[in-house]
Amino acid sequence: MAYPANFRYTKEHEWVDVKDGVATVGITDYAQSELGDVVFVELPAVGKQLEAGKSLGSVESVKAVSEIYAPVSGEVTAANGELQNKPETINTDPHGAAWLVKIKLSNPAELGKLMDGAAYETYVAAKGKEASA
Amino acid sequence: MDSGKSPTITELRKTPLNALHRGLGARMVNFGGWDMPVEYPATGGLMAEHKAVRNAVGVFDVSHMGDIRIHTGKASGGALAAVQHLSMNDASRLAVGQAHYSAMLYPEGTFVDDVIVHKLADDDFLFVINAGTREKDISWVRDTVKEFDCMVEDLSDAYTQLAIQGPRAEEVLRKFTDVDLSAIKNYWFTHGTLCGLPGRMIARTGYTGEDGFEIYVPGDATTSEKVWNAVMEAGKEFGILPCGLGARNTLRLEAKMALYGHEISEKINVWEAGLDRYCKMDKPEFVGRAALAKAAAGGLKRTLVGLEMLERGIARDDYKVFDAAGEEVGLVTSGSPSPTLCKNIALAYVPPALAATGTKLFVEVRTQKVKAQVVPTPFYKRPRKAAAAPQSVTN
Repeated sequence: MAYPANFRYTKEHEWVDVKDGVATVGITDYAQSELGDVVFVELPAVGKQLEAGKSLGSVESVKAVSEIYAPVSGEVTAANGELQNKPETINTDPHGAAWLVKIKLSNPAELGKLMDGAAYETYVAAKGKEASA
Repeated sequence: MDSGKSPTITELRKTPLNALHRGLGARMVNFGGWDMPVEYPATGGLMAEHKAVRNAVGVFDVSHMGDIRIHTGKASGGALAAVQHLSMNDASRLAVGQAHYSAMLYPEGTFVDDVIVHKLADDDFLFVINAGTREKDISWVRDTVKEFDCMVEDLSDAYTQLAIQGPRAEEVLRKFTDVDLSAIKNYWFTHGTLCGLPGRMIARTGYTGEDGFEIYVPGDATTSEKVWNAVMEAGKEFGILPCGLGARNTLRLEAKMALYGHEISEKINVWEAGLDRYCKMDKPEFVGRAALAKAAAGGLKRTLVGLEMLERGIARDDYKVFDAAGEEVGLVTSGSPSPTLCKNIALAYVPPALAATGTKLFVEVRTQKVKAQVVPTPFYKRPRKAAAAPQSVTN
């Protein structure tokens, strides 16, 4: 699966797609493949104030709990309720239908700290090498 | 996402099939110092593997487990005496070719390890033990039976051990052995030719709650791969899948089978763990017996129960358990989604007063208290086939 060039990415494998001051956030294909079949998603309530770097919820497989960290600060304007009933969407469409939350940016400058598509691909490739060393 | 740190791959121990698992693209994990497959994503992963075992057949590499032989080679009975001293179950009730579940205990009546005791021959016993406790167990055995007339051999590295589990397991194994498998009852074993290899142990044992066999073949990579491939080939028509430790855990949890370090440990005694039926107090002596007699008189302070989550949330190992009043009352030992039941289940230690079926409790899942209730265990029991080989009661 390709990593959309116009998204930005974190070291914790979240992606961010910004439009008109609102960031849509999800986890990447790498993250979902590391997790395995997703069975449970915990998302914040609409209206919650998030701080970059702090947990916004979790994505769980049978074996593992994965904390999701807010890549940017701001208010939650939407949370993807579909994922409660169909958490497996995270495995099948991690960059699209399985968005987790939308955040109204309170500090757009934070985007500058995130990786672009090319940097993330390099980062993930290096992780792959580490794992099979 | 948080990514954990792990020791370098070269520091971990490997089974003879390690290269094969990696070749299948298995997701590997450090389990008690061993580089083991947790699931095989290329063939469906944990959920698919779990379902394959429940519905058809799956194969596990369990070579990381250990093997200790206690024997004399003469009919003097020194080995039996040693086993009777070490093990809480009654080995004098075993026939040659029979095995039973037992445990070795500390003088406090708590667990050194759980073990399957096999009677290989007169005065000749094999203990199959956990991977994470191999060295501890071998030291414990050598030390505990040093006054007894017997030989103790660590055979842990001698074997590749494969578990073939599921309702179609016998049909799979039948294709590459001429042993009459239908004559092997549950918890019995025999020796026979497997893939042309003579004298291999074939045991009707397992850790999944399904029918199945564990086979023991020479522990070199070439032979091990040959046998693994024979199993996979034989199982193809049934949809056999390679299965990792992830499915191994969900399967054994549904069947309420204990895992060392979780339901049993050096801090938990036999009564608390609910393993009374495997502990023969009518044996005059074994390590831990006196403490257990005392504990029985004193009454249970905690007991192991099954929990089912009633609200959204997955109870996991070491999560705290609270009562309806908000008091902390216990701990989850093992918790996970149950692929067969499509519920989130757990085993937990709680006070006996809260152990009745239907008792409402709360599990602290990160910051939330999530409602659960006590349910009977095992969570899953395999359907008995009408024409199956008779199930012998474990001794």
